[in-house]
Amino acid sequence: MSAERTARRVLIVGATSAIAMEVGRAYAERGASLFLAGRSPERLDAVAADLRVRGAAPVETMVLDVLARDQHADLVDRAFAAGELDAALLAHGVLPDQARCQERPEEAVRALEVNFTATVALLTLLANRFEAQRRGTIAVIASVAGDRGRQSNYVYGASKGGLHVFMQGLRNRLHHSGVSVLTLKPGFVDTPMTAGMPSNPLFASSRRAGRAIFRAIEARRDVAYIPWFWRPIMALITSLPEFVFKRLRL
Amino acid sequence: MEAIPARPRGSWGRYPRLRPTRVVRAMWRDEAPALADLPGPLLAYGCGRSYGDSCLNQDGVLIDTTGLDRLMAFGDDGLLRCEAGVTLAQLLEIVVPRGWFLPVLPGTRWVTVGGAIANDIHGKNHHRAGTFGAHVARFELLRSSGERLVCSPETHRELFEATIGGLGLTGLILWAEIRLHRVASAGIDVERIRFAGLNEFLAIAADDPRHEYTVAWVDCLARGRRLGRGIYLRGSHASRVVTQGSPVRGPRLRIPFDAPNGLLNRVTLSAFNAVQYHRAVRKRATSTVAYEPFFFPLDGIGEWNRLYGARGFLQYQCVVPEEADGGAIRAILARVSGSGETAGLGVLKRFGSAASPGLLSFPRPGLTLAIDFAFRGRRTLDLLDELDRLVRDAGGAVYPAKDARMSPESFRAFFPAWRRFANQVDPKFSSSFWRRVHER
Ligand SMILES: Cc1cc2nc3c(=O)[nH]c(=O)nc-3n(C[C@H](O)[C@H](O)[C@H](O)COP(=O)(O)OP(=O)(O)OC[C@H]3O[C@@H](n4cnc5c(N)ncnc54)[C@H](O)[C@@H]3O)c2cc1C
Ligand SMILES: NC(=O)c1ccc[n+]([C@@H]2O[C@H](COP(=O)([O-])OP(=O)(O)OC[C@H]3O[C@@H](n4cnc5c(N)ncnc54)[C@H](OP(=O)(O)O)[C@@H]3O)[C@@H](O)[C@H]2O)c1
Repeated sequence: MSAERTARRVLIVGATSAIAMEVGRAYAERGASLFLAGRSPERLDAVAADLRVRGAAPVETMVLDVLARDQHADLVDRAFAAGELDAALLAHGVLPDQARCQERPEEAVRALEVNFTATVALLTLLANRFEAQRRGTIAVIASVAGDRGRQSNYVYGASKGGLHVFMQGLRNRLHHSGVSVLTLKPGFVDTPMTAGMPSNPLFASSRRAGRAIFRAIEARRDVAYIPWFWRPIMALITSLPEFVFKRLRL
Repeated sequence: MEAIPARPRGSWGRYPRLRPTRVVRAMWRDEAPALADLPGPLLAYGCGRSYGDSCLNQDGVLIDTTGLDRLMAFGDDGLLRCEAGVTLAQLLEIVVPRGWFLPVLPGTRWVTVGGAIANDIHGKNHHRAGTFGAHVARFELLRSSGERLVCSPETHRELFEATIGGLGLTGLILWAEIRLHRVASAGIDVERIRFAGLNEFLAIAADDPRHEYTVAWVDCLARGRRLGRGIYLRGSHASRVVTQGSPVRGPRLRIPFDAPNGLLNRVTLSAFNAVQYHRAVRKRATSTVAYEPFFFPLDGIGEWNRLYGARGFLQYQCVVPEEADGGAIRAILARVSGSGETAGLGVLKRFGSAASPGLLSFPRPGLTLAIDFAFRGRRTLDLLDELDRLVRDAGGAVYPAKDARMSPESFRAFFPAWRRFANQVDPKFSSSFWRRVHER
């Protein structure tokens, strides 16, 4: 990949996520300029310093809880203040406890608000900017969990599956303006989000996931499974007829 | 801190196998992990590249530090500040392309900065640069009381000296500042010299000051006239550019399962050693190589420790004051080669006279010898106890980072500052090693 072809200005929301930090590192090594948003000021500073030492310049930050929707316009204005963006990555997300979601509707609603509603709100503002500049990539981290609902995490799955459908439509719309819209579908990645799960051989490191996401953005892909081997696995899982699938304990 | 149940954390030698009750992960330095609330004893765990039980904590809590992997600052003066879970591999990847090099490198790049400090590691340039700790300007230590102390030779000096080489027992290092040095090239001009025995080794070692890096490989199975034969490697940074920092790749080959016990036996190892020795056809050969194969010859094979089989192996590393004819080293080699034990690779080096900064630092002036032994139960342990006696009589020491079996008496003899050290140990921190050598 030639130096000119890699994105030069990138916005990352949820920049303190373990996966997003690795994407940031891939860009930092290539000297990109980064705009980072995240909700903890200390963590944001720690990530920004890391990316600066690795070669990113300049690195700007904005403290943002994505649930504070009144700040979304400000974020987008600031991210575009220095000029056009080559790419935007939305990485924030929560993995709610399914059992608690079944007991308390607020639990489920909160997860949907972070993963889905806030993301849709941000995408709406970003899409208009990208459409106007007629270039660049908008990428969102969804999940393989959004491909099929399972009893063990269908609230999380629904939030990610909803993104998948929203992104399909957005992709169709922005294609005509030369903007690429990328849905990322990681499987198990070893990050704080999955720290409570028992390990299994399908786990990928956050570094591997981050590098794969970087490549998918640069290649202007539409949908990317992270790592790639989740594509055949999910093809198999989604091909099972519902009358069989509903009997399984997954 | 995030709890990770059921992810086993072992040591490199895979002996002994001791399980913690829990592994928690330190992710952010701002988040004051409530060490006081965790059921003790606590111990930091980096890459687990220590061989024995100094990075193990049976029935205790391990704090996995590898999430603390952020760089914090790197100035034109070569001062690098980073979190304690950053590996030397990650640092090399960043600093080498910019013309800088790490002050001390061990035989693998998969060690964390925290681990490098806690064992006050040494490298092939010990005779010139001293230990890793000698290049640490300061670090921040989190104690179980919740205190965070920035330790340096000027502030909290006692804790600074106890933590360098302190085997993780004084608390959790959150970040450290290290002094790097500039190099013209990351390539190394290497010279390989075959030596027929210890006296020849000592004659070559007399020339060490003229080379940045020196180390020798010895055939631990050779006996009689061939005792102490081997190959001397010495090198310095090349003056011309060879490779400027190739990206770190994972190992090209990985050992996917435990080799059957006995794959590495005296016969296969003797043959291997003989081939290595005679492969250096000429007495002396020179070449220029990339730094990675020079410093990390085994990093190309992932999990090579599994070659020793499911029972694991022990590495024995000692240092003894130098004597004219090789003294205790000769006695040790004779004892090992005559023992019938499966001794693998032997590494021999003369340490320099630089004082180590840590109370419990292992390096001291003299000759250091490291040998791998397949674990074969009591007989292996008995042989190593015997070697301990030779080392004690010679006034030397055995390296805790490689140890799984030294006695409390030996520990105290090897590390006379142990009492001062023990006063600095965090009351909530301990390790399987510490409980073994320091019965309370
Ligand atoms: C192939 C190979 C070659 C080697 N060559 C050399 C060599 O040439 N010279 C040499 O000196 N050593 C050598 N070693 C040993 C290795 O360098 C040390 O054992 C090193 O300390 C391992 O670092 P680690 O990150 O894996 O730490 P671990 O093994 O996980 O832990 C080591 C110790 O560090 C402590 N620790 C780790 N992180 C922290 C922290 N953040 N705060 C406080 N304490 C902490 C642990 O509690 C433990 O006591 C070699 C090992 C291998 C496998
Ligand atoms: N790990 C996996 O196996 C996996 C699999 C598929 C998809 N994913 C997705 O990958 C993305 C990154 O997750 P990760 O695995 O890297 O885990 P992570 O490190 O826990 O990252 C989650 C990030 O989301 C941020 N966040 C949560 N709520 C927020 C809010 N209201 N406002 C702003 N930021 C908020 C968190 O910020 P704080 O640091 O402040 O908490 C954190 O940075 C997520 O979208 C996740 O759903 C992960």
